[in-house]
Amino acid sequence: MVKSHNYRPAWIILVILICLGITFTLGYSVNSKAGGIDTTVSKEKPAVQKTQFSSHKHAIDNENCLKCHGQSKYSYQNTESKKIDTKKMYSELIIDRTLFYESNHREFKCVDCHSEDYNTFPHAGNLRMESKPNCLDCHGGDEKYAKFHFENIEKQFQESVHSEKHSEDFTCWMCHNPHTYKINARTNENIKQTVAYDNAICLNCHGNLSNYQLLTDKANPNLLQKHDWLPNQKLHFRSVRCIECHTKKINDSTLVAHKILPREKAVRQCDQCHSSNSQLLATLYKYKIKEVRSAKGFFEGVISNDSYVIGANRNYYLNLISLVLFSIVIIGIIIHTVGRIFK
Amino acid sequence: MNNPLKTMTEERIYLYPVWIRLWHLLNAIVCLTLIITGISMQFSNPKFPMIRFNVAVSIHNFAGIVLCLSYILFIIGNLLTSNGKYYKPIISGFFNRLKAQFIYYTLGLFKGKTAPFPVTLERKFNPLQQVTYIGTMYFLVPLSFITGIAMLYPEIIPVRIFWSSGLHFTDLIHITAGFLISVFMVIHIYFCTIGNTPLSNFKSMIDGYHESH
Repeated sequence: MVKSHNYRPAWIILVILICLGITFTLGYSVNSKAGGIDTTVSKEKPAVQKTQFSSHKHAIDNENCLKCHGQSKYSYQNTESKKIDTKKMYSELIIDRTLFYESNHREFKCVDCHSEDYNTFPHAGNLRMESKPNCLDCHGGDEKYAKFHFENIEKQFQESVHSEKHSEDFTCWMCHNPHTYKINARTNENIKQTVAYDNAICLNCHGNLSNYQLLTDKANPNLLQKHDWLPNQKLHFRSVRCIECHTKKINDSTLVAHKILPREKAVRQCDQCHSSNSQLLATLYKYKIKEVRSAKGFFEGVISNDSYVIGANRNYYLNLISLVLFSIVIIGIIIHTVGRIFK
Repeated sequence: MNNPLKTMTEERIYLYPVWIRLWHLLNAIVCLTLIITGISMQFSNPKFPMIRFNVAVSIHNFAGIVLCLSYILFIIGNLLTSNGKYYKPIISGFFNRLKAQFIYYTLGLFKGKTAPFPVTLERKFNPLQQVTYIGTMYFLVPLSFITGIAMLYPEIIPVRIFWSSGLHFTDLIHITAGFLISVFMVIHIYFCTIGNTPLSNFKSMIDGYHESH
């Protein structure tokens, strides 16, 4: 009996091989046009390098970008030399995974804000011309974000010295790095950490000449010299944010004042903070005050765990005890004097 | 130069040499300045400023440093002269003497009784004065300027002490010591009126002679 041969599987394999051949041929021609480097950005889901971030919603998608932008160097196959080339990533283009996945925008995919064309490597040159969204593009007119009063913030920002001096060149992103920024004052229990975090935002330009000169040709003023009138300068820098003195408080609805004042209008009156009606109550200690403000009108206890503001911290009971003691002394002296007169 | 033994008369004792009078004057001015500027800072109010906050801070800091120098002068003076002996209490029977002096101030004085511990060259302070002066000069004043120096250089203060911030804790001690010194000062000034005449003790701090009564 002659066995009939079944050639069907062989045909299937042949077709697959032909398809693969065409794919590789086309791919190679594109590579050649691209300058001889490997342009393939894998369409497969890459393994998330840092497993601690894998629980994040778009961690796997984002890893497509972060496998290069998440570290200080990146590698690709040079299709000309067939070697693996390793290049240094510009520090401005490095996204710290930890900071990103702790930031306000941690739920986003990179391509939610950036063009999908970035999925191709090397990135097309014209992509650097893409306009970046501003805060109000997403946050404006949205009930979900109403409590943050972004419209008020925008209005205050427009009146700020940053906006007036640099117009549209100065964007929200100058202070609020979209890849790292996170709300702080109302979530962090540690005031000192909040101060350090927020002041670092200002110092990113005011303490860094190359960043400062992105917007101006002027020399960066020496902050230590400009604040040499401030007693205990170091302590002040560690304990209060730049914005406590350099913003105009407008209303309570805006969570953080954004109207940065010109230098000459900054607060220089010590008792604006060093008094029982300290303006720090409305700014730095605002969120803690809401929770633990003393009925006596003092903010004793609110900041005693973290800091101390002479003139603002007044212990109600100590005040009462000292008043009673002093009164007893005075009354005693009066009685004694009367006794001596009429003895 | 005045010799205490030669200048001693029945009513007048040369008890306060020049250095003590100068030190006492300096101490009085500095302490008053510290108390006034301290109160101004502690109860600062932009609507009713006693002294402008930054001015009060500068004066307070300067006066504090002068107080430290004045204290060093006091210690050196007490070591080099016989003035230090007045601050050494005789322990035996001290509480009985303290009680006797207290009874004199509260009762005996009004009945025209003589002071149980009159001022002599050997005993400048009565037991009550001695205990308050020791407490003030050897405890409260050092406590106030040690905490004051710490607040002048806050970086040396530990971030946390017990339940609160180190700075808060330090300041609490500072203002408590300052308050007690101010109470001492009020009582001290009042008791100075209990002399031969109400003004004789004040005069003593000018000419150096104590008038017995």
